[in-house]
Amino acid sequence: MKQEFPKGEIKSIKGRSFSIKGDDIDTDRIIPARFLKCVSFSALGEQVFADDRKELKGNHPFDLENNKGANILIVNDNFGCGSSREHAPQALMRWGIRLLVGESFAEIFFGNCLALGIPCLTASKKEIIKIQKLVDENPKQIWSFKLDELSISNQKETIKLNLEEGAYKMLYSGKWDATSQLLDEEERIKKIFKNLPYLNNFK
Amino acid sequence: MSSGTLYDKVWDLHRVKELPGGSTQLFVGLHLIHEVTSPQAFSAIHEKNLGVKFPNLTIATVDHIVPTSNQQRPFNDPLAEEMLTTLEKNCESHGIKFHGIGSTSQGVVHVMAPELGLTQPGMTVACGDSHTSTHGAFGAIAFGIGTSQVRDVLASQSLAMKKLKVRRIWVDGALQKGVYAKDLILHIIRHLGVKGGVGFAYEFAGPAIEKLSMEGRMTICNMAIEGGARCGYINPDETTYKYLKGKEYSPKNQGWDNAIKWWKSLASDSEAKFDDEIRLNGSSIEPTVTWGITPGQGISIKEKIPNPELLPHNEQQIARDACKYMDLEPEKPIEGTSIDVCFIGSCTNGRLSDLQEASKIVRGHKVATGIRAFVVPGSQKVAKEAKQKGIDKIFLKAGFEWREPGCSMCLAMNPDKLEGRQISASSSNRNFKGRQGSASGRTLLMSPAMVAAAAINGKVTDVRKLLQE
Repeated sequence: MKQEFPKGEIKSIKGRSFSIKGDDIDTDRIIPARFLKCVSFSALGEQVFADDRKELKGNHPFDLENNKGANILIVNDNFGCGSSREHAPQALMRWGIRLLVGESFAEIFFGNCLALGIPCLTASKKEIIKIQKLVDENPKQIWSFKLDELSISNQKETIKLNLEEGAYKMLYSGKWDATSQLLDEEERIKKIFKNLPYLNNFK
Repeated sequence: MSSGTLYDKVWDLHRVKELPGGSTQLFVGLHLIHEVTSPQAFSAIHEKNLGVKFPNLTIATVDHIVPTSNQQRPFNDPLAEEMLTTLEKNCESHGIKFHGIGSTSQGVVHVMAPELGLTQPGMTVACGDSHTSTHGAFGAIAFGIGTSQVRDVLASQSLAMKKLKVRRIWVDGALQKGVYAKDLILHIIRHLGVKGGVGFAYEFAGPAIEKLSMEGRMTICNMAIEGGARCGYINPDETTYKYLKGKEYSPKNQGWDNAIKWWKSLASDSEAKFDDEIRLNGSSIEPTVTWGITPGQGISIKEKIPNPELLPHNEQQIARDACKYMDLEPEKPIEGTSIDVCFIGSCTNGRLSDLQEASKIVRGHKVATGIRAFVVPGSQKVAKEAKQKGIDKIFLKAGFEWREPGCSMCLAMNPDKLEGRQISASSSNRNFKGRQGSASGRTLLMSPAMVAAAAINGKVTDVRKLLQE
């Protein structure tokens, strides 16, 4: 069953999870550039990690039967580095991912996920490796993420996670889609426009 | 917390409001768009019935998908043609200036905007492209954004962003002959790591930086993102003003004098406070080449490919992956590594001085047998000026192909791709797995002059040996 895309307040996420292991996994690997030749994001879900999947001939985590329908992805350090392409989180989202937990995330990728309502939470290397081990041992278990507790739990174990305050508030309030807030400030924007020397011929 | 830096000053001038979530609503002074990351943003504003707030502050070009051998319309690739026509339509219906195919100012967005004088000190510059950090070379605060943010900038001329910390990277001395801006930035990324800059803007400063041309400075700032820093910048100085003087969009007459006064006031104060400071000696840097699958896996031409088992623990796994993928043997010198393809171009190193420096190496030589070598100028203007100087002829005579401007094999969204396990010497910015269009293709990043040297010898070469001849 297809899940709906994130909407409104993101306070809890429940589901199965799996890992993509390795540091510095860049957005070219998440979605190779040839799939950027599109004017809509709609087909990207099937193309996530296309080259890595092809190489592993059905044994890539995104192809394993056990992982179908999972919505939580556990990753390592500096995930999503490189290109700013929003196609990368779009591809993950359209495949079904709704939450990422990792050692750290590249900055633009983190922001792009947030703009789609997909939280990226962090924990220490030790904790992430522990989660990855638990997930590997039993891919069928259900994990429950609670934003207000900043934790993820499989009933037996609860692991504390970190999230910067700004992103926390945006997800909690449902205001992670910034457009309407930005549009509220038309007067202030006009004022800045009128005061910037380079937009006024340096008069 | 930083204070008195150019970053702080420009940030404050563009700050619209502190948002409830803790980020800042920031005004964007210059918004650049291209065909890859903008179509879905336009769709989103159409769906929401929003217009483009300040169409004059958005400038468009086409670069990623353009073929470099034949630019006749319609393009052979229907998907590429569709992306281009979508951008054309969006620009036309919203009154956005488009520097398209056939325009004398079309080019890679980070090459064409500076050469038109669009990028100026003190601006905030945003573009749906991570290499937007390039524009920081002018003392602008420039950063890459995702498509949702492109939508926000189109709709409101602003975006939500968290203020970064500022790290000053001070480079003493001067780069030696045969050592270029590319070597310096690869050296910096090697030492600070590919995620060392996450959460930071990098201010590049010091004698070695001040001596760089604007084009060299753009190479440095361009790759700030490869070190994890979303934004990199250099304080404006006489070199900056000289470059901007007389450019199409540069201020004129009285405006020019006022602009210089304002630009000078924006440079980081002598007593500015930084969140972090790092000092390097530019004089000891040697030509640098990557051997792995991240831009941080670089070594000097004199060094050997590292043995993953002897690296710090946290670098071992990715180094093992890299050795396996690259099929390079640890503890063997990088010099002498055979290559198949040579690519000179990209938003990192596709400017006139890049082609000029490479042509000095190429002049009077031939591309080694079996090597495919090609030059892709960064823009129509670069191509034109290079031709006026006879640079195209030097390359052609040596056996290089001379192509039309575009992003080309930096990311291979057009027909220029590696095939199979081919290994390239490339003046571009990323050596990620599969980056250059073949899922198993391999990339060695280096300066354009080093690429030229590799083309002539068919293997990784210390360019200084050819400079001595």
